[in-house]
Amino acid sequence: MADKIVLEIPRYSPERDVKPHFEEFEVPVHKEWVVLDALNYIKDQVDGSLTYRWSCRMGICGSCGMMVDGEPKLSCATFLSSYSRNGNKLRVEPLRYFPIIRDLVTELSDFLVKLKAVKPWLIRQEEPPLSEGEFLQTPEQLEQYKQYSMCINCTLCYAACPVVGLDPVFVGPAAIALAQRYNQDSRDQGAGDRMAVLAHPEGIWGCTFVGECTRVCPKHVDPAGAIQQYKLKAALDWVKSFVTPLGRKNTDVRREAAND
Amino acid sequence: MFAVKQPTTKVLPLYQEFHPRWYRPRVSVYWWLGQWQYLKFILREISSVFVAVFVVITLLQLRALRAGPEAYARFQHWLQSPIALAINGISLFFVLFHTITWFNLAPRAMAVRFRGKRLPEILIAAPNYVVWALVSAGVTWLVLR
Amino acid sequence: MDASSHDVLLVGGGGAGLRAAIAAAEVNPKLSIAVVSKVYPMRSHTVSAEGGAAGVVKGDDSLDEHAYDTISGGDWLCDQDAVEAFVKEAPQELLQLERWGCPWSREPDGHIAVRAFGGMKRRRTWFAADKTGFHMLHTLFQTTLKFDPITRYDEWFVTKLLVDDGRVDGVVAIELMSGKIQAITAKAVILCTGGCGRVFPFTTNANIKNGDGMALAYRAGASLKDMEFVQYHPTGLPFTGILITEAARAEGGYLLNKDGYRYLQDYNLGKPQPNPVMRSMELGPRDRLSQAFVMEDQKGRTLATPYGSVVHLDLRHLGEKIINSKLPFVRELCLKYQNLDPVKELIPVRPVVHYMMGGVSTDMNGATPLAGLYAAGEVACVSINGANRLGSNSLSECLVFGARAGKAAALYAAEQKAADDKAMAQANDERKRLEAQFLHKQGGRERVATIREQMQKAIEKSAGIYREETSLAEGANKLFELQERYQDIVLDDRSRTFNTELEGALELGFMLDVAESIVQCALHRTESRGAHQRTDFPARDDENFLAHSLVFRKPDGSSRVEYLPVKVTRWAPGERVYGEQAPESPQQIPQAVPAGRAG
Repeated sequence: MADKIVLEIPRYSPERDVKPHFEEFEVPVHKEWVVLDALNYIKDQVDGSLTYRWSCRMGICGSCGMMVDGEPKLSCATFLSSYSRNGNKLRVEPLRYFPIIRDLVTELSDFLVKLKAVKPWLIRQEEPPLSEGEFLQTPEQLEQYKQYSMCINCTLCYAACPVVGLDPVFVGPAAIALAQRYNQDSRDQGAGDRMAVLAHPEGIWGCTFVGECTRVCPKHVDPAGAIQQYKLKAALDWVKSFVTPLGRKNTDVRREAAND
Repeated sequence: MFAVKQPTTKVLPLYQEFHPRWYRPRVSVYWWLGQWQYLKFILREISSVFVAVFVVITLLQLRALRAGPEAYARFQHWLQSPIALAINGISLFFVLFHTITWFNLAPRAMAVRFRGKRLPEILIAAPNYVVWALVSAGVTWLVLR
Repeated sequence: MDASSHDVLLVGGGGAGLRAAIAAAEVNPKLSIAVVSKVYPMRSHTVSAEGGAAGVVKGDDSLDEHAYDTISGGDWLCDQDAVEAFVKEAPQELLQLERWGCPWSREPDGHIAVRAFGGMKRRRTWFAADKTGFHMLHTLFQTTLKFDPITRYDEWFVTKLLVDDGRVDGVVAIELMSGKIQAITAKAVILCTGGCGRVFPFTTNANIKNGDGMALAYRAGASLKDMEFVQYHPTGLPFTGILITEAARAEGGYLLNKDGYRYLQDYNLGKPQPNPVMRSMELGPRDRLSQAFVMEDQKGRTLATPYGSVVHLDLRHLGEKIINSKLPFVRELCLKYQNLDPVKELIPVRPVVHYMMGGVSTDMNGATPLAGLYAAGEVACVSINGANRLGSNSLSECLVFGARAGKAAALYAAEQKAADDKAMAQANDERKRLEAQFLHKQGGRERVATIREQMQKAIEKSAGIYREETSLAEGANKLFELQERYQDIVLDDRSRTFNTELEGALELGFMLDVAESIVQCALHRTESRGAHQRTDFPARDDENFLAHSLVFRKPDGSSRVEYLPVKVTRWAPGERVYGEQAPESPQQIPQAVPAGRAG
């Protein structure tokens, strides 16, 4: 194993640069080091102006997503040693398809707008008083949505999705999976409220099922699955609307969606 | 231990204080060439063109049939030409490619649960292949009997 | 200079901050509420909490038992009125979170499931597998999205509290993206910035845990309480310091020394049984377990690794099924970061700095003596944690006291007038200070990383698991020297846009103040209690120290330590008993006085 590796990092500062340019930093490779440790080494010892986000370094806060050797990765969960064979060079870039604020820091406000747009909170028609205790939910019902509740908002799936790159208004994998997290929750009654954003050309129908979002997800959320399942349901609902008698009230649809 | 770097003070004329300009990288026209997964996706999308080619050939065949035995013989002769064979060969490849990749993705799109547990992927994908094989066998029987 | 104005302003968007924001919005929907956070709220460190949140919910349990476990676990340094309020409101808060969609783990019949936890006599820890904090934080964050009166300032770093005439008027903050430094005024400010684990070199805490709120309050004239009580969690992975949750032991994990022996039986923590026994052995309190590790290490019965001595956590006998269903994150972390599978292998662990019992001194409503300033969560010291916090009390604390502080601040803010121009002038001065000291500074030769490393080494050496006068005094001197050298700091990065080096330097300034308060409080408390163990004063001294340390900042920047008596309502100080002798039922709880005679 090599004891040194060269990181190639695109540097961009709006105050000095028109566009990013690559800089190289030689860093030691220790067995326990992840890519983030190498970045911290550079920031502490070589160049304090290197700019990136990080916090928990245990793969749960979702801050440190980057393109490592062309793949979206959490830099805290990607060992440096796995790249020491690559001719001793490793490219670390900001997550693809996002605007870049500086160096490795991407701009996230658009993602947060999309996250809010899908109404990711528990929607109830009626709210019984707290004294009536918890909503009952069996482990099987929990299992229905648990996978989709594991998203850490790291945005790796957006960096993996070519549709996000080509069509910036596409709601995107994480937000749709989060909507499905609530739609599938036995306590939620808001599937009808979320339909307008989801069953839309920029919602699920924007997805062309490349499947990369699921492959890169560090938490095995499977957004691609969430989207295709919703497509199937939306298509069936559409067919059903022809079969069932006219004049059905909107609330019936909602209730049914909630019970699905 | 390390020399202190002298900070750069030169400021780009484009920059207005406190108004960060985000750098927006442009997506290359050839984005799909860089990665096998993307290429596979594009190939699957393109396969629809060849499905259409199959349909057009079948329609032409029907027209030839209606035009009488002579026209049909001419059409059959054309089908044996290297160009027609090549077109059909390529189309067959793409249709197979589309079918197989699609069947393999089917378990993603359908979450079938049995006693609270999601069925394993193979149980969703396998029936597709079984039905495909049965239909193919039926068609083969119809054509060759 | 730009400025914006709100009624209630939260500094920090973790569990306590978001709970407080919702509480304030619910009390008075007309109020304008701001959440100012240096990271996007879902990155806050609450996200890393694993094991669970305590709240009495099952029929075999009682509020008194939860209170007694908490108070005895805290070595009688808890304020008992606060503990009583806490145990009463915790179940309501956890239930409220369920109503907002938190995916709590369930019993087969659909009711909330609870698990055992260290130092707790009954099962009362609500959990969402072993990602409880993650699920709580995301549920809270997603719920805040539906409240229009809540404005978020994501990635804004607060550098100073605006104080005028003994009243807090808001904050000065840097918008990281643009580098803009501006005032955000508010009638009430609630600090919810969490702990300060990063003061130490080896910690479970995220990079953002720099004691910001503690230092902000301290510099504004508020006092910090019980800063000498730093919790070491007994089971962290070596090198990374990643936490292996106490739930691993609650589900039945063993702690083994290098001979495969369950060494805790030698430290007055009970006799080993195959299945977990409450308040016994591996389910003893964290301070005693971490201290037992040091003793075991001194006897040479630990294993040496390049990153310090370790003992082993053994989960193998639990089997793959239990580990996957109850401890999936533990398995994931071991596989990803330690390259081992706990289903088949032993996990190397060592004590690691985890939690700060002390913090900004507040009353039961999160209010500080400084008008308009509130604090809740780990940054605050109410105090319900005393000298040692029990695992799973802190998430509940974030909710209970976050909600209390949010309500109290909302009521207070509705009565106040908006801040005047003096606040603007102060903000302008702060901008000039930051520019002169960092961005436009000439000369200087100290690097942020160098001073940070030396601070961490100094505090570990002086205020670790065991402390004594000489090393504490040396630590205090070293910190004084580092404070001086901090003035000579120079940054590579002078730009406005997303200047994380400037942020790091400001955080270091905060940490130096916090480190000093820890060492000073530890130096002055000449007894041993809970997580504060003095080898030169090994006994607990209730006569002199049944009291909270309060540390104030003097105008010259040095500190002054005072004492405030502990509030005792119904549980007179007694001996902390773990193992077989631990009290079995509420009737056996020593010296429990009926509630009516509380005083």
